Amino acid sequence: MLSMTTSTTSDARHLLGASDNELSALKRNGFIDRLFETTTRLFALFVLLLLGAILASLVVSGWPALQTFGLDFFTIDRWAANIEKFGALPAVYGTLITSLIAIVIAVPVSFGIAIFLTEKCPVMLRRPLGITVELLAGVPSIIYGMWGVEVLAPFLQSHFPTLFPAGTGLATAGLILAVMIIPFITAITRDVMVTVPPIMRESAYGLGCTTWEVVRSVIFPSVRGGLVGGVILGLGRALGETMAVTFVIGNNLFFHATLTGQGTSIAALIANQFPEADGIQRSALLALGLLLFVITFIVLAIARLMLNRYDRKSA
Amino acid sequence: MYSVYQRRRLINRVIMGFCIAAAAFGIAWLLLILWSLVVKGGAALSLSVFTERTQMNGGGLGNAILGSLIMTALGTLFGSIIGVAAGTWLAEYGGKSRLASAIRFINDVLLSAPSIIVGLFIYAVVVLQTGHFSGWAGALSLTVIIIPVVIRATEDMLLLVPNTLREAAAALGAHRWWVVTRVCYAGARAGIVTGILLGCARISGETAPLLFTSLNSNQWNFFDLNSEMPNLPMTLYQNMTINSFIPRQVELAWAGALLLTVAILLLNIVARVVSRQRG
Amino acid sequence: MTTASEGLVPRFSRPEAWDQARPAVADAEAKLRVEDLNFYYGSFQALKSISMDVPANQVTAFIGPSGCGKSTLLRCFNRIHDLYPGMRSEGAIQLDGQNINDARVDTNLLRARIGMVFQKPTPFPMTVHDNIAFGVRLYERLNERDMENRVQWALEKAALWDEVKDKLHQNGQALSGGQQQRLCIARTIAVKPEVILLDEPTSALDPISTGYIEDLINELKADYTIVIVTHNMQQAARVSDVTAFMYLGELIECDETPKIFTQPGDSRTEDYITGRYG
Repeated sequence: MLSMTTSTTSDARHLLGASDNELSALKRNGFIDRLFETTTRLFALFVLLLLGAILASLVVSGWPALQTFGLDFFTIDRWAANIEKFGALPAVYGTLITSLIAIVIAVPVSFGIAIFLTEKCPVMLRRPLGITVELLAGVPSIIYGMWGVEVLAPFLQSHFPTLFPAGTGLATAGLILAVMIIPFITAITRDVMVTVPPIMRESAYGLGCTTWEVVRSVIFPSVRGGLVGGVILGLGRALGETMAVTFVIGNNLFFHATLTGQGTSIAALIANQFPEADGIQRSALLALGLLLFVITFIVLAIARLMLNRYDRKSA
Repeated sequence: MYSVYQRRRLINRVIMGFCIAAAAFGIAWLLLILWSLVVKGGAALSLSVFTERTQMNGGGLGNAILGSLIMTALGTLFGSIIGVAAGTWLAEYGGKSRLASAIRFINDVLLSAPSIIVGLFIYAVVVLQTGHFSGWAGALSLTVIIIPVVIRATEDMLLLVPNTLREAAAALGAHRWWVVTRVCYAGARAGIVTGILLGCARISGETAPLLFTSLNSNQWNFFDLNSEMPNLPMTLYQNMTINSFIPRQVELAWAGALLLTVAILLLNIVARVVSRQRG
Repeated sequence: MTTASEGLVPRFSRPEAWDQARPAVADAEAKLRVEDLNFYYGSFQALKSISMDVPANQVTAFIGPSGCGKSTLLRCFNRIHDLYPGMRSEGAIQLDGQNINDARVDTNLLRARIGMVFQKPTPFPMTVHDNIAFGVRLYERLNERDMENRVQWALEKAALWDEVKDKLHQNGQALSGGQQQRLCIARTIAVKPEVILLDEPTSALDPISTGYIEDLINELKADYTIVIVTHNMQQAARVSDVTAFMYLGELIECDETPKIFTQPGDSRTEDYITGRYG
């Protein structure tokens, strides 16, 4: 264009009479285009690589222990470093029980808060309360753990000495976990609930439904998958949580079918022993990590599958 | 008829009462925890907490704060580069392809994966290979944790940029990379920065991944990332466990907890302010 | 514009331009020549065997009811469809004798030659100045002064300079809707295209802004070939030299605007412009 020299020749008419400047710009930009896409794709593939590398490293380094103990690894009822006898049972039991306790407490409370926030809360309070919930979800878990061991455990010990002779234990850990995941589940539940079109809510109110009837018969059924997904996501958090649990779970390395007694969880056991572990003990702890990763991966995958429909909308 | 209505109203009252109680319960926990933090942490705060290094007994938290800042900054830097690039591919090129869906799914799962596993992973691939704990290992484990957060934020924010803007830029003869870097990033910038800040807030409180990567130390460490790196979360952990018999260490732990929480809440608030500035 | 219409429809006022001396459209050289163009969204055929000429330095309007394919045809001219998978076109579109539907044609270069303005104003989230400079920087390396001049030139051409000369470094998205649309036109002009495609450029604007843009179209045709898609028949009558009526993916007829509006050759055209459908 303008007075620039054109390089149009009869056999290059598809270049639309481009000037040399334009041709070099085209070439340069075409190159950067390919480079940009390739580079960003490599970074995206890095995510897959990361997952593969995590799995591979845990399998490789946990393999000696798995080979030594075989299936016994899952049935031995103690984690005894002094006699090199490592069983996952106490930790797995503790992990599942604390998470279960946490879910049982956290779900009704979270749903209650979410219902309050979306249906009953005065508009003036809705934003500040919502933000508070989200901020609470950002508090690091070690703070919950510290608070558990310094405030909650002594309180339980002095007020319910028969149930909590030491203050610490599986139930205490479950309680702390519940406090920690309440904001998570609440935030997701609220996000999912607000995806219900207002017209559905209004029609139900128009029929004379009470708030609870609207929630139970209109809102919950239409977002059931999202609610379940949110709960399972909270469960995933609880299963893998380390710091909130380690302080208050009691670190009893023998399997004991108890709710309020002392025990341990996979994450707590790793956190406690790994820094000083060596040889077969270290391998056993890594195998335990692999087990935790597989369990949480499955749980989180289920949660994500159920949530994906709502997530992209509310994002 | 009348009694049916009354029954329904009663049920509603009871359940709504429960909801309000639940909300009060939730807020009460927050207040209790914050109250403990402020009372116990505030009491131990003094200038020496910032200026003195950690010691067996007494001292401050200065070196731990510095170490945390260094590792968090590095983790955020690396994670932002990788996360923004990967998120860009997912939003701008990946579309609905099977590969993109798989990456998206794996990323969503990694988003909530237990952080202690990341610690084990970095231990196995970095600490074992190099033979020692290091600031690099700590920073890398934080990187692994922040990546999914940034990827998710970047992709979501780029998808919010209307397609008409991409068309308009393409209609001027702009190549794809130019459209993405000049137009899409300009539109999504506030959101991406918010995501990075939230990710930064998240990793600055992470303890579990540092337990066997950066470890901890009582010495000042000015950017020697090849050796053990003191950090705040692990100092809190050790002061509350193996050193909990020393009252001063517990006090310092609460002071550190207060600082950490305030920093994270501030980051969250800044992130919110940034996200509201979106044009 | 108060004289009663001599057209088919009483509610049309007869545009003054029709009574002024005008170069014969038939003499104009074809800038774009569409030859047997078919277009598919997946398996749905949106354009059926379209053939027509777009005369150089004239305004050509596409009218027709919603979904008739007029925007689809417009978007074939700069191959913006190529951004999306699953769309396919067959046939040729000649730009000065070169088939731009050829796979060898670089779509980016093509779009620098054939600019487009969209239905909704699409200012980029950057300053007014950068909005204009955005396209220029793609293919030209200008120093700061030349760029300032180019920005001013484009804004003057788009009749926007006086309104924004003090706001060059404010965000383009902060302008009013009508100003935003003129900014988009300026942005398109700044890269010095040969053809400007306008996709319902005034449908999101108030009548005063619409008036500005219509005047602008009139002035721009001296330098550019203009193709406009519009829902508003009055607008087509006011601004265009040639009007093409499309219906259900077919080109029903294409002729000089006064002729289409006074003596259409096809009963469907007559039905449309008399308001029987659409």
